[in-house]
Amino acid sequence: MIALLMRDIRLATRAGGGFGLGLAFFLIVVVLVPFGVGPQTELLARIAAGILWIGALLACLLSLDRIFALDFEDGSLDLLATAPVPMEAVAAIKALAHWLTTGLPLVLAAPVLGVLLSLPVQGYMPVILSLLLGTPALSMIGAFGAALTVGLRRGGLLLSLLVLPLYVPTLIFGAEMARRGVDGLDTTTPMLMLAGITCGTIALLPFAAAAVLRVNLR
Amino acid sequence: MSSIWVYANPKKFIDTTDRFLPALAVMSVSCLVVGLVWGFFFTPDDFRQGSTVKIIYLHVPAALMAINAWLMMLVASIIWIVRRHHVSARAARAAAPVGVVMTLIALATGALWGQPMWGTWWAWDPRLTSFLILFLFYLGYIALWEAIEDADTAADLTSILCLVGSVFALLSRYAVNFWNQGLHQGASLSLDKEENVADVFYFPLLVCIAGFVLLFIALVFLRTQTEIRARRMRALMARDRMEA
Amino acid sequence: MPDLGKYAEAVLSSYAVSLVLLIILVALSWRRAVRIKSALREIEERQKKDG
Repeated sequence: MIALLMRDIRLATRAGGGFGLGLAFFLIVVVLVPFGVGPQTELLARIAAGILWIGALLACLLSLDRIFALDFEDGSLDLLATAPVPMEAVAAIKALAHWLTTGLPLVLAAPVLGVLLSLPVQGYMPVILSLLLGTPALSMIGAFGAALTVGLRRGGLLLSLLVLPLYVPTLIFGAEMARRGVDGLDTTTPMLMLAGITCGTIALLPFAAAAVLRVNLR
Repeated sequence: MSSIWVYANPKKFIDTTDRFLPALAVMSVSCLVVGLVWGFFFTPDDFRQGSTVKIIYLHVPAALMAINAWLMMLVASIIWIVRRHHVSARAARAAAPVGVVMTLIALATGALWGQPMWGTWWAWDPRLTSFLILFLFYLGYIALWEAIEDADTAADLTSILCLVGSVFALLSRYAVNFWNQGLHQGASLSLDKEENVADVFYFPLLVCIAGFVLLFIALVFLRTQTEIRARRMRALMARDRMEA
Repeated sequence: MPDLGKYAEAVLSSYAVSLVLLIILVALSWRRAVRIKSALREIEERQKKDG
């Protein structure tokens, strides 16, 4: 399983693996927003937390179809299915690899991009913390969506349509926590809810993703 | 009648529903006509909401059926996963478009009602937002059905999506509640008499709800038959090609 | 026709929108049902003749 994780990370970070694409996309979204809404500092400060969350979510979405598609095409997913590792573990590891190569860089980039959006000083910690808590859920839900659409030729758009509604609770609690942090309010309740959602998805969705993968490999 | 599972036989299902369909259609249309005419022509205006209260006869039943259609799909999906009866998977597929239309009606009448009452077509109120999210779930579910060619694979994948989606839809409902307190009034129908709408509006509303429920059942029966026949047709055509 | 007062537009358009949507749904379901039914019958007849 560790070997699988290392292999996935190596594949993703190699040239052409798509590592950094998500980060670049995140950067571009954040740069484009001030052009769209105007350069007023107080307006940007108010929406900064939300923009960072939306940007991270979209950047995550962009890289989802890579989770299983390449392995499905070259047949290594079939090999994994017959390997002694259970399918649930494969799905979980794939999601973890996706988070390490996409989610974690996004979390680390968020404070830098927060400067561009004139995020208030007291907002940095809650924004980073909420992204850190929330992005694993995004990766896991995304892995489920990617497993659903893995057999389809034009699955990318469908994947977004399927995954976006599933992202709603995570986005609501994550952005709410970041917003409350920026306003200097207590963030405990949304933080606990966000952590709960993340734990729940990590605990349960590997089973759904594995079931779906088995159907698609039939 | 021995057991409900005899209707898992496609032929038996078609025969039985064929017998009930005309009666169901007549009953649902008459309930709808009676309820809507009663509500539209013979109920007084509300002292606060004026004549807009008449929208309730469409809005509430449609919203109710939008949720019930999803619940029915959930039950049908579970039956498919556990017992693998084709009729069940076909029924879930057949119900989805009906659910979409119900959600659309609820959203549209809600917007038209909200405009004079709240002064806005749309507000990010928990109930409205939840319905919008429900609408997105329906779209994704139908899109997945359409995208996959093999019928059994499609049934498997959509039923798992329906299960996972239900959990997330429920989560979204609470998340949205937490996110924004809204304008929408509480439940219009409940066993608690205090909360209910007044009797003059209540009885025609009940008739309308009965009409919507019957219409939903009739449509699901009809569409499930169609799905079963389409599946059989594909099988026969495949055999044709094999022989040729 | 009851007097709908100043809200006539909202009430009438809700009824119109809902009824149109319902009728479209019923019409589409019906049309597909009839088409598939006749197509299936045709194929079954043909196979009976052949086989």
